Amino acid sequence: MAKIIVMTSGKGGVGKTTSSAAFGTGLALRGFKTIVIDFDVGLRNLDLIMGCERRVVFDFINVINGEANLNQALIKDKRVDNLYILPTSQTRDKDALTKAGVEKVLDELRRDFDYIICDSPAGIEKGALMALYFADCAIVVTNPEVSSVRDSDRILGVLASRSRRAELSLDPVEEHLLLTRYDPDRVEKGEMLRVDDVLDILAIPLLGVIPESQAVLRASNVGMPVVLDEKSNAGQAYLDAVARFLGEPVEHRFVKPEKKGILQRWLGRTA
Amino acid sequence: MNNIQQNSERDGSFQLRGNNFTLMVLKLIDPGDPGFLPNLVNKIRQAPNFFRQAPVVLDLDDLVGDIAGLDFGRLVTSLREVNLFAVGILGGTAALQEQALRAGLTVLPAGRGGRVDSDHRSSPPAAGTGGATGVSGNAGGGDAGGDLPARAAMVIAEPVRSGRQVYAAKGDLIVLGPVSAGAELLADGHIHVYGALRGRALAGVAGDKTARIFCQSLEAELVSIAGLYRVSEDLDKSLLKKHVQIYLDSGYLRINALS
Ligand SMILES: Nc1ncnc2c1ncn2[C@@H]1O[C@H](COP(=O)(O)OP(=O)(O)OP(=O)(O)O)[C@@H](O)[C@H]1O
Ligand SMILES: [Mg+2]
Repeated sequence: MAKIIVMTSGKGGVGKTTSSAAFGTGLALRGFKTIVIDFDVGLRNLDLIMGCERRVVFDFINVINGEANLNQALIKDKRVDNLYILPTSQTRDKDALTKAGVEKVLDELRRDFDYIICDSPAGIEKGALMALYFADCAIVVTNPEVSSVRDSDRILGVLASRSRRAELSLDPVEEHLLLTRYDPDRVEKGEMLRVDDVLDILAIPLLGVIPESQAVLRASNVGMPVVLDEKSNAGQAYLDAVARFLGEPVEHRFVKPEKKGILQRWLGRTA
Repeated sequence: MNNIQQNSERDGSFQLRGNNFTLMVLKLIDPGDPGFLPNLVNKIRQAPNFFRQAPVVLDLDDLVGDIAGLDFGRLVTSLREVNLFAVGILGGTAALQEQALRAGLTVLPAGRGGRVDSDHRSSPPAAGTGGATGVSGNAGGGDAGGDLPARAAMVIAEPVRSGRQVYAAKGDLIVLGPVSAGAELLADGHIHVYGALRGRALAGVAGDKTARIFCQSLEAELVSIAGLYRVSEDLDKSLLKKHVQIYLDSGYLRINALS
Protein backbone atom coordinates (compact mmCIF):
# COMPACT_ATOMS: atom_id res chain seq x y z
CA MET A 1 0.00 0.00 0.00
CA ALA A 2 1.44 3.30 -1.05
CA LYS A 3 1.91 6.23 1.24
CA ILE A 4 0.32 9.37 -0.18
CA ILE A 5 2.43 12.51 0.19
CA VAL A 6 1.13 15.96 -0.67
CA MET A 7 3.60 18.69 -1.58
CA THR A 8 1.73 21.78 -0.50
CA SER A 9 2.32 25.41 0.50
CA GLY A 10 -0.64 27.72 0.18
CA LYS A 11 1.53 30.35 -1.47
CA GLY A 12 2.45 30.05 -5.13
CA GLY A 13 5.90 29.81 -6.65
CA VAL A 14 7.70 28.58 -3.54
CA GLY A 15 9.06 25.39 -5.10
CA LYS A 16 6.36 22.70 -4.79
CA THR A 17 6.81 21.34 -8.30
CA THR A 18 10.59 21.52 -8.10
CA SER A 19 10.39 19.67 -4.78
CA SER A 20 7.88 17.09 -6.02
CA ALA A 21 10.16 16.23 -8.92
CA ALA A 22 13.29 16.18 -6.77
CA PHE A 23 11.77 14.27 -3.88
CA GLY A 24 10.01 11.77 -6.12
CA THR A 25 13.22 11.13 -8.01
CA GLY A 26 15.11 10.79 -4.74
CA LEU A 27 12.68 8.16 -3.44
CA ALA A 28 12.86 6.26 -6.74
CA LEU A 29 16.67 6.35 -6.60
CA ARG A 30 16.34 4.63 -3.21
CA GLY A 31 14.45 1.83 -4.90
CA PHE A 32 10.90 2.83 -4.03
CA LYS A 33 8.33 2.66 -6.77
CA THR A 34 7.18 6.25 -6.89
CA ILE A 35 4.69 8.26 -8.87
CA VAL A 36 4.37 12.02 -9.00
CA ILE A 37 0.92 13.38 -9.88
CA ASP A 38 0.35 16.89 -11.16
CA PHE A 39 -2.74 18.36 -9.46
CA ASP A 40 -2.21 21.80 -10.98
CA VAL A 41 -4.92 21.42 -13.60
CA GLY A 42 -4.65 24.05 -16.31
CA LEU A 43 -1.09 25.02 -15.38
CA ARG A 44 0.58 21.79 -16.27
CA ASN A 45 4.30 21.98 -15.62
CA LEU A 46 5.45 18.94 -13.68
CA ASP A 47 6.03 17.16 -16.99
CA LEU A 48 8.21 20.07 -18.14
CA ILE A 49 10.34 19.99 -15.01
CA MET A 50 10.66 16.24 -15.32
CA GLY A 51 11.46 16.43 -19.01
CA CYS A 52 8.64 14.26 -20.32
CA GLU A 53 6.34 16.89 -21.84
CA ARG A 54 6.70 15.50 -25.32
CA ARG A 55 5.47 12.09 -24.24
CA VAL A 56 2.13 13.20 -22.82
CA VAL A 57 -0.85 11.66 -24.61
CA PHE A 58 -3.45 11.12 -21.93
CA ASP A 59 -3.57 12.81 -18.56
CA PHE A 60 -4.94 12.60 -15.00
CA ILE A 61 -8.25 14.20 -16.00
CA ASN A 62 -8.73 11.75 -18.88
CA VAL A 63 -8.34 8.94 -16.37
CA ILE A 64 -10.77 10.53 -13.92
CA ASN A 65 -13.30 10.90 -16.70
CA GLY A 66 -12.80 7.34 -17.88
CA GLU A 67 -11.48 8.50 -21.26
CA ALA A 68 -8.27 6.58 -20.76
CA ASN A 69 -6.99 4.01 -18.33
CA LEU A 70 -4.09 4.56 -15.97
CA ASN A 71 -1.59 2.58 -17.96
CA GLN A 72 -2.20 4.78 -20.94
CA ALA A 73 -1.63 7.95 -18.95
CA LEU A 74 1.33 6.95 -16.77
CA ILE A 75 4.70 8.04 -18.08
CA LYS A 76 7.74 6.05 -17.02
CA ASP A 77 10.84 8.13 -16.45
CA LYS A 78 13.67 7.31 -18.86
CA ARG A 79 16.52 8.03 -16.48
CA VAL A 80 15.39 6.57 -13.18
CA ASP A 81 13.85 3.16 -12.65
CA ASN A 82 10.76 3.02 -10.46
CA LEU A 83 9.82 6.61 -11.28
CA TYR A 84 6.53 7.51 -12.95
CA ILE A 85 4.67 10.70 -13.74
CA LEU A 86 0.96 11.29 -14.10
CA PRO A 87 0.68 14.61 -15.94
CA THR A 88 -2.36 16.82 -15.77
CA SER A 89 -4.49 18.55 -18.35
CA GLN A 90 -3.50 21.90 -19.75
CA THR A 91 -6.94 22.66 -21.16
CA ARG A 92 -9.27 21.86 -18.28
CA ASP A 93 -9.74 23.57 -14.95
CA LYS A 94 -9.77 22.51 -11.31
CA ASP A 95 -13.45 21.62 -11.42
CA ALA A 96 -12.48 18.58 -13.42
CA LEU A 97 -11.09 17.17 -10.16
CA THR A 98 -13.78 15.36 -8.20
CA LYS A 99 -13.27 13.65 -4.88
CA ALA A 100 -14.66 10.39 -6.20
CA GLY A 101 -12.54 10.59 -9.34
CA VAL A 102 -9.33 11.35 -7.48
CA GLU A 103 -10.06 8.61 -4.97
CA LYS A 104 -10.59 6.07 -7.72
CA VAL A 105 -7.24 6.89 -9.33
CA LEU A 106 -5.36 6.93 -6.01
CA ASP A 107 -6.89 3.62 -4.94
CA GLU A 108 -5.71 2.02 -8.13
CA LEU A 109 -2.20 3.48 -7.78
CA ARG A 110 -1.96 2.59 -4.10
CA ARG A 111 -1.87 -1.07 -4.93
CA ASP A 112 1.39 -1.08 -6.83
CA PHE A 113 3.33 1.97 -5.75
CA ASP A 114 5.30 2.65 -2.59
CA TYR A 115 4.91 6.41 -2.71
CA ILE A 116 2.41 8.69 -4.42
CA ILE A 117 3.44 12.34 -4.47
CA CYS A 118 0.69 14.86 -5.15
CA ASP A 119 2.08 18.13 -6.50
CA SER A 120 -0.47 20.65 -5.24
CA PRO A 121 -1.41 23.88 -6.94
CA ALA A 122 -1.10 27.10 -4.92
CA GLY A 123 -4.01 28.47 -2.92
CA ILE A 124 -6.45 26.80 -0.57
CA GLU A 125 -9.22 26.26 -3.09
CA LYS A 126 -10.51 23.22 -4.88
CA GLY A 127 -7.29 22.05 -6.55
CA ALA A 128 -5.21 22.34 -3.38
CA LEU A 129 -7.94 20.71 -1.31
CA MET A 130 -8.14 17.80 -3.71
CA ALA A 131 -4.37 17.37 -3.64
CA LEU A 132 -4.24 17.22 0.15
CA TYR A 133 -7.52 15.46 0.90
CA PHE A 134 -6.26 11.88 0.69
CA ALA A 135 -2.77 12.55 2.05
CA ASP A 136 -1.13 10.43 4.73
CA CYS A 137 1.72 12.83 4.93
CA ALA A 138 2.25 16.47 4.00
CA ILE A 139 5.49 18.13 3.01
CA VAL A 140 4.89 21.82 3.54
CA VAL A 141 7.09 23.80 1.20
CA THR A 142 7.94 27.20 2.63
CA ASN A 143 10.25 30.05 1.69
CA PRO A 144 11.95 32.00 4.48
CA GLU A 145 9.65 35.00 4.25
CA VAL A 146 6.68 36.12 6.27
CA SER A 147 3.89 35.66 3.73
CA SER A 148 5.01 32.19 2.76
CA VAL A 149 5.19 31.16 6.42
CA ARG A 150 1.74 32.56 7.05
CA ASP A 151 0.29 30.61 4.13
CA SER A 152 2.01 27.43 5.26
CA ASP A 153 0.50 27.89 8.67
CA ARG A 154 -2.87 28.26 7.04
CA ILE A 155 -2.45 25.12 4.99
CA LEU A 156 -1.44 23.21 8.14
CA GLY A 157 -4.75 24.29 9.61
CA VAL A 158 -6.56 23.04 6.52
CA LEU A 159 -4.73 19.70 6.76
CA ALA A 160 -5.81 19.37 10.36
CA SER A 161 -9.44 20.13 9.65
CA ARG A 162 -10.35 19.27 6.08
CA SER A 163 -8.27 16.30 5.06
CA ARG A 164 -9.83 12.86 4.88
CA ARG A 165 -7.88 11.83 7.96
CA ALA A 166 -9.30 14.78 9.87
CA GLU A 167 -12.84 14.22 8.66
CA LEU A 168 -12.78 10.56 9.62
CA SER A 169 -10.91 11.25 12.89
CA LEU A 170 -8.06 8.96 11.86
CA ASP A 171 -4.46 9.57 12.87
CA PRO A 172 -3.60 13.10 11.75
CA VAL A 173 -1.73 13.79 8.54
CA GLU A 174 2.03 13.57 9.20
CA GLU A 175 3.60 17.02 8.80
CA HIS A 176 7.06 17.93 7.52
CA LEU A 177 8.61 21.27 6.76
CA LEU A 178 10.76 21.75 3.68
CA LEU A 179 12.32 25.19 3.74
CA THR A 180 13.31 26.06 0.18
CA ARG A 181 15.16 28.89 -1.55
CA TYR A 182 17.09 29.48 1.63
CA ASP A 183 19.82 32.00 1.14
CA PRO A 184 22.12 32.02 4.19
CA ASP A 185 23.79 35.27 3.09
CA ARG A 186 20.49 37.10 2.93
CA VAL A 187 19.37 35.51 6.18
CA GLU A 188 22.56 36.79 7.80
CA LYS A 189 21.77 40.29 6.56
CA GLY A 190 18.31 40.05 8.07
CA GLU A 191 16.57 40.09 4.69
CA MET A 192 15.06 36.65 5.20
CA LEU A 193 13.73 34.68 8.14
CA ARG A 194 16.06 32.28 9.88
CA VAL A 195 15.35 28.56 10.07
CA ASP A 196 14.61 28.91 13.78
CA ASP A 197 12.14 31.74 13.26
CA VAL A 198 10.19 29.64 10.80
CA LEU A 199 10.25 26.58 13.06
CA ASP A 200 9.14 28.68 15.97
CA ILE A 201 6.03 29.78 14.11
CA LEU A 202 5.11 26.59 12.31
CA ALA A 203 6.07 24.18 15.08
CA ILE A 204 6.47 21.12 12.86
CA PRO A 205 9.55 18.95 12.24
CA LEU A 206 12.13 20.15 9.74
CA LEU A 207 12.66 17.76 6.88
CA GLY A 208 15.22 19.83 5.04
CA VAL A 209 16.58 23.21 4.05
CA ILE A 210 17.11 23.62 0.32
CA PRO A 211 19.47 26.46 -0.55
CA GLU A 212 18.70 29.03 -3.22
CA SER A 213 20.65 27.71 -6.17
CA GLN A 214 21.23 28.43 -9.83
CA ALA A 215 21.30 24.69 -10.32
CA VAL A 216 17.51 24.54 -9.87
CA LEU A 217 16.87 26.82 -12.81
CA ARG A 218 19.49 25.08 -14.92
CA ALA A 219 17.97 21.70 -14.13
CA SER A 220 14.41 22.77 -14.86
CA ASN A 221 15.45 24.32 -18.16
CA VAL A 222 16.70 20.97 -19.34
CA GLY A 223 13.84 19.03 -17.76
CA MET A 224 15.93 17.26 -15.20
CA PRO A 225 15.04 16.88 -11.51
CA VAL A 226 17.76 18.73 -9.61
CA VAL A 227 18.74 15.67 -7.55
CA LEU A 228 20.27 14.24 -10.71
CA ASP A 229 22.76 17.12 -10.60
CA GLU A 230 24.68 15.50 -7.80
CA LYS A 231 27.22 18.26 -7.54
CA SER A 232 24.67 20.95 -6.77
CA ASN A 233 23.93 22.01 -3.21
CA ALA A 234 20.23 21.92 -3.91
CA GLY A 235 20.41 18.39 -5.29
CA GLN A 236 22.34 17.18 -2.26
CA ALA A 237 19.97 18.96 0.09
CA TYR A 238 17.00 17.18 -1.50
CA LEU A 239 18.75 13.81 -1.21
CA ASP A 240 19.44 14.55 2.46
CA ALA A 241 15.77 15.36 2.94
CA VAL A 242 14.77 12.07 1.34
CA ALA A 243 17.16 10.23 3.68
CA ARG A 244 15.62 11.98 6.69
CA PHE A 245 12.17 11.15 5.42
CA LEU A 246 13.23 7.50 5.39
CA GLY A 247 14.27 7.83 9.01
CA GLU A 248 18.02 8.26 8.61
CA PRO A 249 19.62 10.84 10.89
CA VAL A 250 21.31 13.32 8.60
CA GLU A 251 22.63 16.64 9.81
CA HIS A 252 21.29 19.79 8.21
CA ARG A 253 23.68 21.44 5.76
CA PHE A 254 23.55 24.66 3.75
CA VAL A 255 22.07 26.72 6.57
CA LYS A 256 25.14 28.85 7.23
CA PRO A 257 26.84 31.17 4.74
CA GLU A 258 29.54 29.38 2.82
CA LYS A 259 33.08 30.44 3.41
CA LYS A 260 34.08 31.33 -0.08
CA GLY A 261 37.54 30.70 -1.40
CA ILE A 262 39.35 33.59 -3.06
CA LEU A 263 38.83 32.15 -6.50
CA GLN A 264 35.11 31.67 -5.93
CA ARG A 265 34.79 35.19 -4.62
CA TRP A 266 36.45 36.53 -7.75
CA LEU A 267 34.23 34.50 -9.96
CA GLY A 268 31.19 35.41 -7.87
CA ARG A 269 29.91 31.87 -8.02
CA THR A 270 27.11 30.89 -5.71
CA ALA A 271 25.83 27.58 -6.90
CA MET B 1 -14.11 21.43 33.43
CA ASN B 2 -16.62 21.78 36.17
CA ASN B 3 -17.12 24.06 39.05
CA ILE B 4 -18.02 22.85 42.46
CA GLN B 5 -19.82 25.32 44.61
CA GLN B 6 -20.74 25.02 48.21
CA ASN B 7 -22.38 27.33 50.66
CA SER B 8 -20.82 28.74 53.76
CA GLU B 9 -21.39 27.54 57.32
CA ARG B 10 -19.61 28.35 60.56
CA ASP B 11 -19.03 26.57 63.82
CA GLY B 12 -16.56 26.96 66.69
CA SER B 13 -14.10 24.26 65.79
CA PHE B 14 -14.23 24.65 62.06
CA GLN B 15 -15.28 26.82 59.27
CA LEU B 16 -17.11 25.53 56.28
CA ARG B 17 -16.72 27.70 53.28
CA GLY B 18 -17.92 27.63 49.73
CA ASN B 19 -15.25 27.77 47.10
CA ASN B 20 -14.88 27.28 43.38
CA PHE B 21 -12.50 24.79 41.91
CA THR B 22 -11.94 24.10 38.34
CA LEU B 23 -11.71 20.41 37.78
CA MET B 24 -10.74 18.47 34.77
CA VAL B 25 -13.24 15.97 33.53
CA LEU B 26 -12.02 12.70 32.10
CA LYS B 27 -14.68 11.33 29.84
CA LEU B 28 -14.44 7.56 30.00
CA ILE B 29 -15.37 5.85 26.80
CA ASP B 30 -13.68 2.49 26.96
CA PRO B 31 -11.29 2.29 29.94
CA GLY B 32 -10.95 -1.45 29.34
CA ASP B 33 -9.30 -0.76 26.00
CA PRO B 34 -5.60 -1.71 26.14
CA GLY B 35 -4.75 1.66 24.59
CA PHE B 36 -6.52 3.61 27.31
CA LEU B 37 -3.62 4.23 29.70
CA PRO B 38 -0.82 4.58 27.09
CA ASN B 39 -2.88 7.12 25.17
CA LEU B 40 -3.71 9.02 28.31
CA VAL B 41 -0.05 9.08 29.30
CA ASN B 42 0.75 10.46 25.87
CA LYS B 43 -1.79 13.21 26.21
CA ILE B 44 -0.48 14.14 29.62
CA ARG B 45 3.07 14.21 28.39
CA GLN B 46 2.15 17.07 26.08
CA ALA B 47 1.52 19.31 29.06
CA PRO B 48 2.97 17.64 32.11
CA ASN B 49 2.73 20.71 34.32
CA PHE B 50 -0.85 21.28 33.45
CA PHE B 51 -1.79 17.78 34.52
CA ARG B 52 0.49 17.34 37.50
CA GLN B 53 -1.52 15.82 40.35
CA ALA B 54 -4.63 17.20 38.79
CA PRO B 55 -7.92 16.29 40.43
CA VAL B 56 -10.22 14.79 37.85
CA VAL B 57 -13.86 13.91 37.67
CA LEU B 58 -14.76 10.79 35.73
CA ASP B 59 -17.59 11.28 33.31
CA LEU B 60 -19.44 8.01 32.83
CA ASP B 61 -22.10 9.05 30.38
CA ASP B 62 -20.39 7.85 27.24
CA LEU B 63 -19.10 4.55 28.52
CA VAL B 64 -19.10 1.72 26.09
CA GLY B 65 -17.51 -1.69 26.38
CA ASP B 66 -17.56 -3.78 29.51
CA ILE B 67 -19.48 -1.47 31.80
CA ALA B 68 -20.46 -4.01 34.43
CA GLY B 69 -16.86 -5.09 34.81
CA LEU B 70 -15.59 -1.58 35.51
CA ASP B 71 -13.37 -1.72 38.58
CA PHE B 72 -13.19 1.77 40.06
CA GLY B 73 -10.59 0.82 42.65
CA ARG B 74 -8.17 -0.32 39.97
CA LEU B 75 -8.97 2.59 37.72
CA VAL B 76 -8.27 5.09 40.51
CA THR B 77 -4.96 3.39 41.24
CA SER B 78 -3.83 3.41 37.63
CA LEU B 79 -4.83 7.04 37.23
CA ARG B 80 -2.85 7.91 40.31
CA GLU B 81 0.16 6.24 38.75
CA VAL B 82 -0.02 8.75 35.93
CA ASN B 83 -0.51 11.58 38.41
CA LEU B 84 -4.23 12.12 38.00
CA PHE B 85 -6.32 12.09 41.17
CA ALA B 86 -9.86 10.91 40.63
CA VAL B 87 -12.16 12.66 43.08
CA GLY B 88 -15.62 11.91 41.81
CA ILE B 89 -17.85 10.84 39.03
CA LEU B 90 -20.45 12.44 36.82
CA GLY B 91 -23.42 10.59 35.40
CA GLY B 92 -23.56 6.84 34.91
CA THR B 93 -26.16 4.31 35.96
CA ALA B 94 -27.32 4.00 39.55
CA ALA B 95 -25.39 0.75 39.85
CA LEU B 96 -22.20 2.41 38.65
CA GLN B 97 -22.68 5.31 41.03
CA GLU B 98 -23.09 2.84 43.86
CA GLN B 99 -19.82 1.14 42.93
CA ALA B 100 -18.04 4.47 42.63
CA LEU B 101 -19.20 5.51 46.09
CA ARG B 102 -17.88 2.27 47.50
CA ALA B 103 -14.52 2.98 45.87
CA GLY B 104 -14.35 6.31 47.68
CA LEU B 105 -15.44 8.55 44.81
CA THR B 106 -18.13 11.13 45.26
CA VAL B 107 -21.04 11.50 42.86
CA LEU B 108 -21.21 15.03 41.53
CA PRO B 109 -24.53 16.50 40.50
CA ALA B 110 -24.59 16.52 36.75
CA GLY B 111 -27.17 19.21 36.20
CA ARG B 112 -25.39 22.40 37.13
CA GLY B 113 -21.85 22.16 36.00
CA GLY B 114 -21.30 22.36 32.30
CA ARG B 115 -20.15 19.20 30.70
CA VAL B 116 -16.60 19.07 29.56
CA ASP B 117 -16.02 18.57 25.98
CA SER B 118 -12.34 18.69 25.50
CA ASP B 119 -12.25 18.29 21.80
CA HIS B 120 -15.40 19.89 20.73
CA ARG B 121 -15.18 22.95 18.58
CA SER B 122 -17.69 25.39 17.36
CA SER B 123 -17.83 28.80 15.88
CA PRO B 124 -19.94 31.65 17.05
CA PRO B 125 -22.37 32.92 14.47
CA ALA B 126 -20.83 36.20 13.48
CA ALA B 127 -17.68 37.08 15.33
CA GLY B 128 -14.95 36.77 12.72
CA THR B 129 -13.41 39.77 11.17
CA GLY B 130 -15.54 42.22 13.07
CA GLY B 131 -13.53 41.14 16.06
CA ALA B 132 -13.70 43.26 19.10
CA THR B 133 -16.10 45.82 17.79
CA GLY B 134 -18.54 43.11 16.86
CA VAL B 135 -18.93 42.00 20.42
CA SER B 136 -18.52 45.20 22.33
CA GLY B 137 -22.20 45.88 22.25
CA ASN B 138 -22.85 42.97 24.56
CA ALA B 139 -20.74 44.36 27.34
CA GLY B 140 -22.19 45.34 30.66
CA GLY B 141 -24.28 42.25 31.30
CA GLY B 142 -24.70 41.50 34.97
CA ASP B 143 -21.83 39.27 35.91
CA ALA B 144 -19.39 38.97 38.73
CA GLY B 145 -22.34 38.54 41.06
CA GLY B 146 -22.56 35.83 43.67
CA ASP B 147 -24.01 33.45 41.17
CA LEU B 148 -21.23 32.99 38.67
CA PRO B 149 -22.23 31.05 35.62
CA ALA B 150 -20.89 27.55 35.62
CA ARG B 151 -18.07 27.32 33.14
CA ALA B 152 -17.19 24.49 30.91
CA ALA B 153 -13.72 24.74 29.44
CA MET B 154 -12.61 23.73 26.04
CA VAL B 155 -9.10 22.33 25.71
CA ILE B 156 -7.28 22.48 22.39
CA ALA B 157 -4.20 20.31 22.39
CA GLU B 158 -2.79 21.19 18.99
CA PRO B 159 -1.52 24.50 17.55
CA VAL B 160 -4.26 26.88 16.43
CA ARG B 161 -3.31 27.75 12.86
CA SER B 162 -3.86 30.87 10.82
CA GLY B 163 -7.40 31.10 9.49
CA ARG B 164 -8.91 29.04 12.27
CA GLN B 165 -11.40 30.41 14.73
CA VAL B 166 -12.12 28.69 18.02
CA TYR B 167 -14.97 29.74 20.27
CA ALA B 168 -15.53 28.42 23.76
CA ALA B 169 -19.16 29.24 24.44
CA LYS B 170 -20.12 29.73 28.09
CA GLY B 171 -16.69 28.84 29.33
CA ASP B 172 -12.92 29.02 29.27
CA LEU B 173 -10.65 28.24 26.41
CA ILE B 174 -7.35 26.53 27.08
CA VAL B 175 -4.85 26.15 24.27
CA LEU B 176 -1.83 23.97 24.95
CA GLY B 177 0.17 25.05 21.89
CA PRO B 178 0.89 28.22 19.94
CA VAL B 179 -1.77 30.40 18.36
CA SER B 180 -0.70 31.66 14.95
CA ALA B 181 -1.07 35.10 13.48
CA GLY B 182 -4.33 35.08 11.59
CA ALA B 183 -6.02 32.72 14.07
CA GLU B 184 -8.74 33.87 16.44
CA LEU B 185 -9.66 32.68 19.91
CA LEU B 186 -12.96 33.64 21.49
CA ALA B 187 -14.34 32.65 24.86
CA ASP B 188 -17.17 33.70 27.08
CA GLY B 189 -14.77 32.98 29.94
CA HIS B 190 -11.00 33.18 30.30
CA ILE B 191 -8.44 32.32 27.67
CA HIS B 192 -5.23 30.50 28.54
CA VAL B 193 -2.53 29.97 25.97
CA TYR B 194 0.37 27.73 26.95
CA GLY B 195 2.40 28.82 23.96
CA ALA B 196 2.98 31.99 21.98
CA LEU B 197 -0.14 34.04 21.33
CA ARG B 198 0.35 35.55 17.88
CA GLY B 199 -3.22 35.79 16.68
CA ARG B 200 -6.26 37.44 18.24
CA ALA B 201 -7.69 36.57 21.61
CA LEU B 202 -11.06 37.85 22.78
CA ALA B 203 -12.13 36.82 26.27
CA GLY B 204 -15.47 37.60 27.90
CA VAL B 205 -17.10 38.04 24.51
CA ALA B 206 -20.56 37.73 26.04
CA GLY B 207 -19.78 40.64 28.31
CA ASP B 208 -18.03 39.09 31.31
CA LYS B 209 -15.73 41.85 32.50
CA THR B 210 -13.97 39.53 34.93
CA ALA B 211 -12.65 37.36 32.13
CA ARG B 212 -8.88 37.34 31.64
CA ILE B 213 -6.35 36.28 29.08
CA PHE B 214 -3.17 34.48 30.07
CA CYS B 215 -0.40 33.64 27.66
CA GLN B 216 3.20 32.44 27.68
CA SER B 217 4.44 34.87 25.08
CA LEU B 218 2.52 37.98 24.11
CA GLU B 219 2.86 38.58 20.37
CA ALA B 220 -0.83 39.06 19.71
CA GLU B 221 -2.45 40.92 16.84
CA LEU B 222 -5.30 41.93 19.08
CA VAL B 223 -6.43 41.22 22.63
CA SER B 224 -9.85 42.04 24.02
CA ILE B 225 -11.76 41.64 27.25
CA ALA B 226 -15.52 42.14 27.17
CA GLY B 227 -15.20 44.25 24.05
CA LEU B 228 -12.39 46.53 25.18
CA TYR B 229 -9.50 45.82 22.92
CA ARG B 230 -5.96 46.73 22.07
CA VAL B 231 -4.18 46.03 18.80
CA SER B 232 -0.59 44.95 18.46
CA GLU B 233 0.57 48.43 17.50
CA ASP B 234 -0.62 49.76 20.84
CA LEU B 235 0.91 47.05 22.99
CA ASP B 236 3.65 48.15 25.34
CA LYS B 237 6.85 46.97 23.64
CA SER B 238 8.42 45.97 26.94
CA LEU B 239 5.73 43.32 27.33
CA LEU B 240 6.30 41.73 23.96
CA LYS B 241 7.16 38.03 24.13
CA LYS B 242 6.53 38.12 27.87
CA HIS B 243 4.38 35.85 29.96
CA VAL B 244 1.41 38.09 30.77
CA GLN B 245 -2.12 38.33 32.01
CA ILE B 246 -4.64 40.72 30.54
CA TYR B 247 -7.67 41.90 32.46
CA LEU B 248 -10.03 44.79 33.02
CA ASP B 249 -9.40 47.09 35.92
CA SER B 250 -12.03 49.78 36.47
CA GLY B 251 -12.78 50.01 32.82
CA TYR B 252 -9.17 49.90 31.60
CA LEU B 253 -7.49 47.07 29.82
CA ARG B 254 -4.39 46.14 31.81
CA ILE B 255 -1.53 43.94 30.75
CA ASN B 256 0.80 42.70 33.44
CA ALA B 257 3.90 40.61 33.16
CA LEU B 258 3.74 37.42 35.18
CA SER B 259 7.14 36.35 36.35
N1 LIG C 1 16.10 26.17 -4.42
C1 LIG C 1 15.83 27.00 -5.43
N2 LIG C 1 16.74 27.87 -5.88
C2 LIG C 1 16.47 28.72 -6.89
N3 LIG C 1 15.31 28.77 -7.54
C3 LIG C 1 14.33 27.92 -7.14
C4 LIG C 1 14.53 27.00 -6.08
N4 LIG C 1 13.38 26.30 -5.91
C5 LIG C 1 12.52 26.75 -6.84
N5 LIG C 1 13.08 27.72 -7.58
C6 LIG C 1 12.46 28.45 -8.69
O1 LIG C 1 11.24 29.04 -8.22
C7 LIG C 1 10.27 29.05 -9.24
C8 LIG C 1 8.99 28.38 -8.74
O2 LIG C 1 9.26 27.02 -8.50
P1 LIG C 1 8.14 25.91 -8.64
O3 LIG C 1 7.49 25.98 -9.96
O4 LIG C 1 8.72 24.62 -8.20
O5 LIG C 1 7.13 26.46 -7.53
P2 LIG C 1 5.64 26.00 -7.25
O6 LIG C 1 5.45 26.14 -5.79
O7 LIG C 1 5.37 24.66 -7.83
O8 LIG C 1 4.81 27.10 -8.02
P3 LIG C 1 3.21 27.10 -8.30
O9 LIG C 1 2.59 27.54 -7.02
O10 LIG C 1 3.05 28.07 -9.39
O11 LIG C 1 2.84 25.70 -8.66
C9 LIG C 1 10.88 28.33 -10.41
O12 LIG C 1 11.36 29.30 -11.31
C10 LIG C 1 12.04 27.56 -9.81
O13 LIG C 1 13.08 27.38 -10.73
MG1 LIG D 1 3.81 24.02 -9.19
